[in-house]
Amino acid sequence: MFPAKFEYYAPTTVNQAVALLKKHRDAKVLAGGHSLLPTMKLRLAQPPVLVDIGKVKGLAGIKVAKGGATIGALTTHATIAASKDLRKQCPAITEAAALIGDMQVRNRGTIGGSLSHADPAADYPAVMIALGAEMKAVGPKGARTINASHFFKSLMTTALKPSEVLTEVRLPPHQPNSGCAYVKFPNPASRFAVAGVCAWIALDAKGRCAKASIGITGACATATRASKTEAALRGKELNEETIAAAAAQAADGLDCLSDIHASAEYRAHLVTVLTARAIQQAVARAK
Amino acid sequence: MATQIIGSTVKRREDPRLITGAGKYTDNIVLPRMTFMAILRSPHAHARIKKIDASRAQKHPGVLAVYTGEDLKKGGVNPIPVGFVLPDMKTAQHHPLAIDEVHYVGDGMAAVVATDRYTAKDALDLIDVEYETLPVVVDGEKATHAGAPQLHPEAPDNVAYYWKVGAGDADKALTEADGVIKQRIINQRLIPTAMEPRVAIADYQPATGDLTLYTTTQNPHLIRLLMALVLGQPEHKLRVVSQDVGGGFGSKIYLYADEVIACFAAKQLARPVKWTEERTENYKATIHGRDHITDAEVGYKKDGTITALKVKTWANQGAYLSNFAPLIPTFFYGPMLQGVYQISNFFVEVWGTYTNTTPVDAYRGAGRPEAAYLIERAVDWVAFELKMDPAEVRRKNMIPPFTSAPYQTSMVYAYDSGNYPATLEKALKNAGYADLRKKQAELRKQGKYMGIGISTYVEITGAAPAQVAASIGAGVALVESALVRVHPTGKVVVYTGSHAHGQGHETTFAQIVADQLGLSVDDVEIVHGDTERTPWGAGTYGSRSQPVGGAAVYVATQRVIEKGKKFATHMLEAAEADVVFEGGKYFVKGTPSKAITFQEVALEAYTAKKVPADVESGLEAISFFNPSNFTFPNGAHIAVVMVDPDTGKVDLTRYICVDDVGKVINPMIVEGQIHGGIVQGLAQALWEGAVYDDDGQLLSGSMMDYALPIASNLPSFETSRTETPSPVNPLGAKGAGEAGTIGSTPAVANAVMDALKPFGVRHIDMPLTSEKVWRAMQKK
Repeated sequence: MFPAKFEYYAPTTVNQAVALLKKHRDAKVLAGGHSLLPTMKLRLAQPPVLVDIGKVKGLAGIKVAKGGATIGALTTHATIAASKDLRKQCPAITEAAALIGDMQVRNRGTIGGSLSHADPAADYPAVMIALGAEMKAVGPKGARTINASHFFKSLMTTALKPSEVLTEVRLPPHQPNSGCAYVKFPNPASRFAVAGVCAWIALDAKGRCAKASIGITGACATATRASKTEAALRGKELNEETIAAAAAQAADGLDCLSDIHASAEYRAHLVTVLTARAIQQAVARAK
Repeated sequence: MATQIIGSTVKRREDPRLITGAGKYTDNIVLPRMTFMAILRSPHAHARIKKIDASRAQKHPGVLAVYTGEDLKKGGVNPIPVGFVLPDMKTAQHHPLAIDEVHYVGDGMAAVVATDRYTAKDALDLIDVEYETLPVVVDGEKATHAGAPQLHPEAPDNVAYYWKVGAGDADKALTEADGVIKQRIINQRLIPTAMEPRVAIADYQPATGDLTLYTTTQNPHLIRLLMALVLGQPEHKLRVVSQDVGGGFGSKIYLYADEVIACFAAKQLARPVKWTEERTENYKATIHGRDHITDAEVGYKKDGTITALKVKTWANQGAYLSNFAPLIPTFFYGPMLQGVYQISNFFVEVWGTYTNTTPVDAYRGAGRPEAAYLIERAVDWVAFELKMDPAEVRRKNMIPPFTSAPYQTSMVYAYDSGNYPATLEKALKNAGYADLRKKQAELRKQGKYMGIGISTYVEITGAAPAQVAASIGAGVALVESALVRVHPTGKVVVYTGSHAHGQGHETTFAQIVADQLGLSVDDVEIVHGDTERTPWGAGTYGSRSQPVGGAAVYVATQRVIEKGKKFATHMLEAAEADVVFEGGKYFVKGTPSKAITFQEVALEAYTAKKVPADVESGLEAISFFNPSNFTFPNGAHIAVVMVDPDTGKVDLTRYICVDDVGKVINPMIVEGQIHGGIVQGLAQALWEGAVYDDDGQLLSGSMMDYALPIASNLPSFETSRTETPSPVNPLGAKGAGEAGTIGSTPAVANAVMDALKPFGVRHIDMPLTSEKVWRAMQKK
């Protein structure tokens, strides 16, 4: 519980933070500290420099407007879980936030920190992929936007460059006749997702599936999309049978993780079960 | 008794300080010139230490000293002894810091003492060690196989001891049985996870030669004795203080290497040395519990009568024998396999084995959970094979009520008192058992799987009749003492040898005294946890504090009353034989109106205004209580679960229990003990399990991977009691600390298996994780 020595900087603007990251190439960004600090205390991570963005103004908060929702990177999980506006527009993200860790973690941990850390068992990535979220990153050359589908690269690795800071998450505007849901099977020890699935479903005028977008987390080294299931749902009547048939393909082609909590085979099975449950809930909300 | 404080719900007097952050924990202690110690622990499960070079660490700024196993040996430090010795036991040398070879991941190899914690920790990385890794064995049974890696030359085939117990003729009974069930059953290894990790602060005064050890122990006196032996520090120059301790569950009973090293370093440096365990260190360096592999054979008749039980158990003891380790899988396990049943034929064999894992010792229940789990699963196997109701099989085999005389079991022990059928029937009634079965049948038709599990356990506590304990191998008499001291104003201080770390002795022991003396509990102070202030105690574990330590308080209080009578006799100008004490007053039999108060007598004891010279002043008494028998709490627990057929996830929906812990001093505290016990026991059934890989690395090395119970996953418990007072102590108490743990593991496991009955599943091993349950359902 005693981290190795490190230098500590607490910039007050994003630009200062970026400048520090550019100067210290091995630096790590500290936000809520709920992923980084435990690994430092175990000395599994020994970054020589920490850039604490906690004092940067304007990075926390939720704005929900017609054009979509924006969530500042420093917004805590607890704030997201409690946001009524957000719940109305996309309940999947408030559901996911409410299921993260425990109350202490939710009060300190931030969405930007979680997404940048890219733990394979984190909850948000499935939601980001399913909802088609965009991440705003600021680097030495200015700001850019990264689509969720391209953001999660591999185990604990994102598309962020070492000197970039994730500043904001943007969710697309709510579409009529659409619904979303996040369903999770928690690891009984850590409460991380053994598997977690977020489904976003849009219905057409006849109540058939116009579009489906499904994100999976926990099962693989990085969050991914259930493309076959999405394709299988498109244009279909949505009933228990068609949903089950589509969900059965959710784990096809996935290279699932195996550990002391769940074998790859069981994870793949869970993905199909959770996908069916998430779709059912999403459809119910779309109606 | 006019007051009736015994048996009433007095709020825990220790709670205000504990819940307002005013508790005095060892880690809170700050001494002048205090230094900080860190231990270098082996990253390998089995390796030869080819070279250990601390020169870089020694030169690191802030480092005061680095010690290795050789340094300790040269300094006269002895190996840590085992406190319970079986015949032909092969005790491996357990040096506080390893010499030549390390035997598990976490085995200490060197200690750094520095001016602050961070420096001490940094310097660990500067100790250069060259290892030659050796083959590893982590499985308690495989360790005995031919060709298995050998841990200690003293113990061929890694067998620390072989032990057996039996009754009747198990082989013959199995041959003659209508049916025999053979089943391998594993009681998995657990990590105790007390909320507070261990802490030790050693403070040596060179001018006087006094050494004080502040440590998080459950039994300061035993630690002092063992430390004196290991360190060569005279016992009268050694004080062990253990103030508030954040939970033990058995894991803080023992003398640990870290405490020895801290004491050694403090003497060397003549400065206080503090060591605080980290959580990940705690998972490796503090004992684990359970870890049995068992092959069982159960013989039964067609009518459900169980005729024989034959058992082979490999008890994984880890890399070294911890202080009490050999007691747990032998005398606290083998004879208890009879449970609450009339079974005449047994043969139980136990191999205690060394493996490249953290040492295993007593963890809440200690031996009895392993026994109760096996026999309670066995009863359900018989019910499964005969398609009988598990409640019916229990009724069929149950020992009839015995409330006036002890029941001699088939092996070793005589149960003190019990009415097992009444307890079972009450639990079934409270659960609405018949309705639950109906509901289960309806749900099954809808493809929903409800399970109802029963366990009717008995356990052994109240250790121990000293002479019996000595005859089976205990190194010290397991008696408890209490000194009851009355001050001139009639206020009382009790110095108890027992230690409290969550049990609430400061409340219940005060209740005993207040009840007897007619005082308020606020008039009674309880002092514990300091060898310099309190008389001998063998420690708080095995649910023994109330039946032994509480009994000592009771007897000493009675002696105070008797001594007080001598003063009262003169104050009342009566004959001693005519003086009685009731409701806090002395008076001549028949004339309570002319009574004198206990306070008046106390004052007389220190003023001697009315008593002649031949009545010795002062009012205090001591008792060393030695019970005539163990006590045997028992109960019936019923768990109701729902199993999700899609995922295998088990949800506990109801929990009903009826426990007989004998006479109850404080119902609320007993209830708290039962609640906590149930949670720890059902967590073994559903979630907890230490996992080593084949290289001896602990994969469940933190709370991220070791699944502890969480309140939000649990229903409210429906607790209730029956009461058969124990005849072996004056309180009639049996002990309540472990009952819940022992009853709940089999109840929940039986419930899950009951839910899986339509899938033809007779047994799967714990923890009953979602994946295991799901897989079992796929096999139909």
